[in-house]
Amino acid sequence: MRSVLPIVTVLAVILALWYAAVVWMNAQWVYDQAARAKVEVTFGQMVGETMNLERPVLPAPHQVFGELGRSVFGMAVTSKRSLVYHAWVTISATLLGFAIGTVFGILLAVGIIHNRAMDLSVMPWAIASQTVPILAIAPMIIVVLSSVGVTGLLPKAVISAFLSFFPVLVGMVKGFRSPEQMQLDQLATWNASAAQVFWKLRLPASMPYLFTSLKVGIAASLVGAIVGEMPTGAVAGLGARLLSGSYYGQTVQIWAALFAAAAVAAVLVMVVGGLERATLRRMGMAA
Amino acid sequence: MWVLAALVVWLGAWALNVWLSHSALVTSRVGRLVVPAIFGVTVLLVWEFVVLGLKVPGVILPPPSAIWTRIISSLDLLARDFNQTFVKGALTGYAIGCGAAFLTAIAIDRSEFLQHGLLPIGNFVAALPIVGIAPILVMWFGFDWQSKAAVVVVMVFFPVLVNTVAGLAASERMQRDLMATWGASYWQSLVKLRLPAAMPFIFNGLKIATTLAMIGAIVAEFFGSPIVGMGFRISTEVGKLGLDMVWAEIAVAALAGSAFYGVVAMIERGVTFWHPSQRVK
Repeated sequence: MRSVLPIVTVLAVILALWYAAVVWMNAQWVYDQAARAKVEVTFGQMVGETMNLERPVLPAPHQVFGELGRSVFGMAVTSKRSLVYHAWVTISATLLGFAIGTVFGILLAVGIIHNRAMDLSVMPWAIASQTVPILAIAPMIIVVLSSVGVTGLLPKAVISAFLSFFPVLVGMVKGFRSPEQMQLDQLATWNASAAQVFWKLRLPASMPYLFTSLKVGIAASLVGAIVGEMPTGAVAGLGARLLSGSYYGQTVQIWAALFAAAAVAAVLVMVVGGLERATLRRMGMAA
Repeated sequence: MWVLAALVVWLGAWALNVWLSHSALVTSRVGRLVVPAIFGVTVLLVWEFVVLGLKVPGVILPPPSAIWTRIISSLDLLARDFNQTFVKGALTGYAIGCGAAFLTAIAIDRSEFLQHGLLPIGNFVAALPIVGIAPILVMWFGFDWQSKAAVVVVMVFFPVLVNTVAGLAASERMQRDLMATWGASYWQSLVKLRLPAAMPFIFNGLKIATTLAMIGAIVAEFFGSPIVGMGFRISTEVGKLGLDMVWAEIAVAALAGSAFYGVVAMIERGVTFWHPSQRVK
């Protein structure tokens, strides 16, 4: 816990810088308004004004957290203005896509370690595909899928699955190959079949790799779901909040959605981390 | 008929690959390139045949041949989009972001306090959906490439920062003590020991950042851009159902992304030639 004080200090510095930036970035607007109304504002008045503008260039932290509190706790969760509603839309797409991507990644990894031809032909492409900006094709996937009649949760989930698939695949191939030659030889001397080697040695040995890649994968899934919500015309979800906020200049709304997305990401990664600790402890692998 | 052809091509190529991967050829360099190449060509052929055979309309999935003709016929348009998004947006942002992250890492390296404070936050921010700040930065920096570069700067900053700080701690105690016994100053030991030792980590961050830079520059254009750019072209052509153009842009993006990654990996090989992962097997 010796790192609490430094973290708090750094956060305080960030907050102070943020307030300073609020005054600096919004000052022009306040002075312009005052000049138009032909009144003189003192420096103190100007600072006070910049903190509470309706559409600031940079909203002050208390405005963002106020909006966050209002839209999370102040409304019924079914309301279209409630961030809980939008966050849930995004989370459900994220989780569905994450599940699809993880299952496919693990299955393909199993295929790759057992089939040499698959290893040689698929693996280079899987690695190469990581250098491709997959998010760029998100709008196309949405439009194409909706034109063949698939709408709602699934198109977003497909993008999420795409993004979480590769970290899981690469991590699991590494994990399934992590047992040492000596251990594999030992099982061979016991006359273990390929299936037995897989279930009793490879799968347990791959667990640390699995959770490491799951953490990367779920963060990527969330990014995919958010970006996937943008081209659908801003119907529902955190991405839609970002887009509609940017259309109508509602900066406070954008920042609130951004913080909500950050909180969701943190919670998802923490849940996976908790699962990891529980699993590894049960298996006697906890550090 | 075409579907049948697709099936035949698939099975034939697969049998060829299975045979190749069990033959002696696969241990050579050529074999290692041929097998994935056959797989890639097979996927393209199957795609072409299935689209022809099932008469999939071009607005859903254009065949590779149509995409290729589109690429050839609109090379100058693609080049302009590439220049706007990649050269101006992504590369500028990449250079500024990685440079800033590197300098910040060296600055906080001297202070234990700052490391304890910044690193958990840096790790946290690196997992956040940072593309979300794109609309805000587009508002601040305008529609042109400056706002895209700004998004890229923020996106690449934290991965590079976290990796560089981890790398600066990578040299061993004994090595640092040796530098101390030689009376090396802080800067001497930084330049001669700790930075070289940090290079594998730094390049790891730089390689992750190449992909992020491409994504940042393209996604930021969805929020507003001048009438040129890869992200702009993708979003407008999707609206017009001109999917062959969209695929053409994606092909360019994939090529640029891979080349970018490849160049950084090549520089890495030159700089960290001493590292075990770079030794010729």
